Amino acid sequence: MKPAKFEYHAPKTLDEAVNLLGRYGEDARILAGGQSLVPLLNFRIFQPQALISINHCAELAYLRVEPDGLVCGALTRQAEAEQSADVQDTCPLLSAALPWIGGVSNRNRGTVCGSLAHADPLAELTAVAMALDARFSIVGTKGRRQASAAEFFLGDLTTCIEPGEMLEAVHFPRSGKNASAAFVEVGNRWHGFAVVGVGAHVECDDVGVFQTVRLSAIGVGSTPVRLTESEKILQGTRGETQALQEACNVAAVDLDPPGGFHADSAYKSGVLGTLVERALNETQALRLQKEAR
Amino acid sequence: MSSIETTTVELVVNGKRYKRQIEPRLLLADFLRHEIGLKGTHIGCAHGVCGACTVQIDDKTARSCLHFAIDVQNSEIKTVESLATPEKLHPIQQAFHESHALQCGFCTPGILMTTEEFLRGNPNPDDDEIRKALCNNMCRCTGYVNIVKAVGLAATSMSAAENE
Repeated sequence: MKPAKFEYHAPKTLDEAVNLLGRYGEDARILAGGQSLVPLLNFRIFQPQALISINHCAELAYLRVEPDGLVCGALTRQAEAEQSADVQDTCPLLSAALPWIGGVSNRNRGTVCGSLAHADPLAELTAVAMALDARFSIVGTKGRRQASAAEFFLGDLTTCIEPGEMLEAVHFPRSGKNASAAFVEVGNRWHGFAVVGVGAHVECDDVGVFQTVRLSAIGVGSTPVRLTESEKILQGTRGETQALQEACNVAAVDLDPPGGFHADSAYKSGVLGTLVERALNETQALRLQKEAR
Repeated sequence: MSSIETTTVELVVNGKRYKRQIEPRLLLADFLRHEIGLKGTHIGCAHGVCGACTVQIDDKTARSCLHFAIDVQNSEIKTVESLATPEKLHPIQQAFHESHALQCGFCTPGILMTTEEFLRGNPNPDDDEIRKALCNNMCRCTGYVNIVKAVGLAATSMSAAENE
């Protein structure tokens, strides 16, 4: 299994990279960490004419805390984000999801933006972006534009990035000070591919009433989905058993999860509710821990 | 830089600089094995799942089957050959030897390089942490019991050596 021949480019700046994208259009692929792209090249599922490596564009490797959130550049490695106290402070759901990606050696090289731009329907970070309404900065020869998470993910390995464009950065809105977040998933083995995964981000007021509930899932569609019905039920409650149960019951209500080798559609719908419960229980436990401190 | 046919690259592997004419599509794993003859790095699945080809890029583990040699020219690559000296095994290798932690040995180089990084960050791990650290390195012979034992033993012997 070896890739087909390609032309290799190693631009040193974003401008150079964008120029190259302009030159090749749909015949080029951006190479960052390569953890998803290179397997597809090795299998020859993708045979692009050119690879444009952004691994030498130092200006794209940053994590920036801004007043309204966290900005993660195209070359920020997942391991770096995972270890960052800034990420933990501003965006706890991202911190919670990162350790679920592959193994350490994948996260050492894989990038946050790369995972999002690849848009594998089982990628944990897509659920984070969806839950938090992340904003995507896309750059191309025609200039820059922004896309919301809902606009960004179009389907299995498909985003709104056009030929000649690339993802420059992703912006995660700042979470409230009292936010707690959890990511849970079921898979066939620890750190194997997820079957279904759920991210939960919860912000409560001083007496434990849910002010903000954000839930999203992977593995139940060709894109990450927001579990809006469950969110609505929980909003304004304290996550009492009855509300929690109802929220879990309706989690899969509008969904028709694709069955696969490891799990059929009915199993996925069922386990989705279980995962919503686990994720919410974990956020509650984290909140109580924080309060006790 | 643009090229499709062969081009000259320079890589630093285990502290030594190598200059070779290669195609851009040459994977780091194949560069190590076939261009410079370091055959300790094994290729199992060639798509980043099995962990046999794990090396370190700038002291961090990476799958050498998922990187192109041309793309890691400015990094320091370390392979399993960096661990031992002709006289002495690395404490991790010694622990694997003593614990009978390998059978066919195909996965071992990747597991050793993963363990080296892991113990640098966590010199005193418990069995659960060890299992999680090795969860992306497949071994089809041992059932992992002796591997987990070996990593624990390596941690103990390395900490003891540190405190001497």
